[in-house]
Formats: sequence, C-alpha cells, structure tokens
Amino acid sequence: MNLRPKNAEAIEKMRAAGRVVAEILERLEEIGHPGVTTADLEAEAVRLMKARGARSLFLGQPHPRGGRLYPGQICVSVNEELVHGIPGPRKIAEGDVVSVDVGVEKDGWCGDAARTFIVGRAPERTVAMVAVTGEALRLVRREARAGVLWSAVAGQIENLVRHAGFSVVTEYVGHGIGRKMWEDPRVPNYVGRDMARDDFLLAEGLTLAVEPMVNMGTADVRETEDGWTVVTCDGRPAAHFEDTFVIRREGAEPLTRLPKSSGD
Amino acid sequence: MAKDVIRVEGKVAEALPNAVFRVELENGHKVMAHVSGRMRMNFIRILPGDQVTVELSPYDLAKGRIVYRAG
Repeated sequence: MNLRPKNAEAIEKMRAAGRVVAEILERLEEIGHPGVTTADLEAEAVRLMKARGARSLFLGQPHPRGGRLYPGQICVSVNEELVHGIPGPRKIAEGDVVSVDVGVEKDGWCGDAARTFIVGRAPERTVAMVAVTGEALRLVRREARAGVLWSAVAGQIENLVRHAGFSVVTEYVGHGIGRKMWEDPRVPNYVGRDMARDDFLLAEGLTLAVEPMVNMGTADVRETEDGWTVVTCDGRPAAHFEDTFVIRREGAEPLTRLPKSSGD
Repeated sequence: MAKDVIRVEGKVAEALPNAVFRVELENGHKVMAHVSGRMRMNFIRILPGDQVTVELSPYDLAKGRIVYRAG
C-alpha cells in the first residue's frame, strides 16, 4: 500500500475543500424540515458548491463493482437507508433519521463528510444511536495520533458502538483521500479477520475520511434495485457520520468542520 | 462516500507462479488474484476448481486477492 502523507500546502487546499463541505452540511441540517424533499437538499448543496467554486465528487462516480454511475450530487439516506441514497422526490417527515453525505473537489483537492440528524422527535434508542455514531468521530480525534496503528482506533470504535447496543457495519469502510476521493488505505470501523493485512500505521500528514456506520439492529446491509442505495436488511434505522481528517502527533484534526462549531 | 468492501465469489481456473491464480467469477469475468497474507500464513492450499472469495481492487477490476477458500 502506498500511503503518502500530504505536505502543508496540500493540507491547506484540502482544508479549503473541507470548509465548503462543512458549510453545506450545516446548511442542509438547517433546512431539513418536514415536507422538504431530498432533491431540495441536493439543489441547495449544488447552489453552494457553485458559489464556492467547488464541484461534486459523487456525480458520475463509477460503481465499485462496475454498475451504473452515481446519478446524484450528494447522498441523502433516510431511516433504513444507511449510505448512498440518491436524492429524489421523497419528502422528509417528522421523526426521520436523515444522513447527508457531501464530497467536493476544489482546486484539485477533495473533502468528504457526512452528518446524521433527526427531524423533530424520535424514540430514545434512535437518538442514542445517532449520538454514539457522532461520538465515534470524537474518539477518532483523540485517539488517531501519529504512531498509533489504525486497528487500535478501529477497535475502540467497535467497542463504543457495541457497548451502546448497536451494530457496526462491516461491508463499507472509510478511505484515504487527497486528489482523489477514494485513495488507499481502506479505513474500517471494526477489527476484522483481515485486519492483520489491512492494518496501517498512522503517520503525520496522512489524510483519511473516517466514516462510522452504525445500525440499530442487524449489521447486515444490502444494495437496493437502484444500484446504489444501501439499506439495512431488517429495515431498522441506521446512522452515518464522516469527517476528513489529517493525522497529527496529538490526534486527528478534522478538515470538514467549521472553526466556530463545537464539533457536534 | 463510503467505500465498498468488494467481495465476489469465484472458482479457481488456473494456478500461476508466485501464488497468483486465475479466478473465474460468478458473473463470468476472469481476474488475476493473489492470496491474502493471512491465508499464506495459515498455509491454506488453493487448487484449481476451489470455490474462493475474491476482493477486487476498485482501481483495476481485473485484479484481486483471495481472502477465503470455501470448505
């Protein structure tokens, strides 16, 4: 595996791309009220991308197993949809669990992040699931320091989620990111049987998109007929958070957060 | 956007040098696959005709690595 840390100039460009992503995510959470369609969220995201001189990384992305190109500009995944939901006429409703995933390229560099929010009120367990998935990213900030093996961080994510009584998805993983959205390494949220081979040492300047994916019930997921949308096999809700990080000596610094935001 | 852990089932068609195999996938495609480190460590023998699970490279769908052997 070829894991090249990024230099300071590259990191600043990724920070600029990440800032656009963070702004869009904040805005979409603001306007994601009942009655708004997932296509409305996409339209607002596109408007902001254009205004900031960025373009979507997702539109036209080839499917990893050679299926249809991704047709949307962002991903909006509602309730039992885990990731890769294609925006469309679906109206957001009270109590929905909405995951929004945004990736942009700006000046040749990439930023990729996702947030899950609940529209209005939802059952306590649903709120807890969303909270623990967000907490997993705060854990990454603290624990993903230079010199640490990724498996040590992944093990802690897995423990956090399991102890809260939820399931970690193993069929999808985070990824290295830089000039391209999907670079090496694979960044799993669990310590799997192949971890001995997939494990890597966190080095200063390494840029990773870490994305914990958590299901309320079974960890099993499947792709729907549209070729992209990933749903839970039991139909129960799921949560997905993601930040693009740069690894530092003291921890992982998120590039897809606005300076003023507290990180929640 | 999350990356798929791309795993597909196939059958070993031919053994090549250096623990590389030609594997015919369920969809009829043929790929070159090497053996994952974990399987090498455990001395799992792979012979033509074996059913295997292959993880494809997202960058080159004609290459992969064998992560499990059935049975």
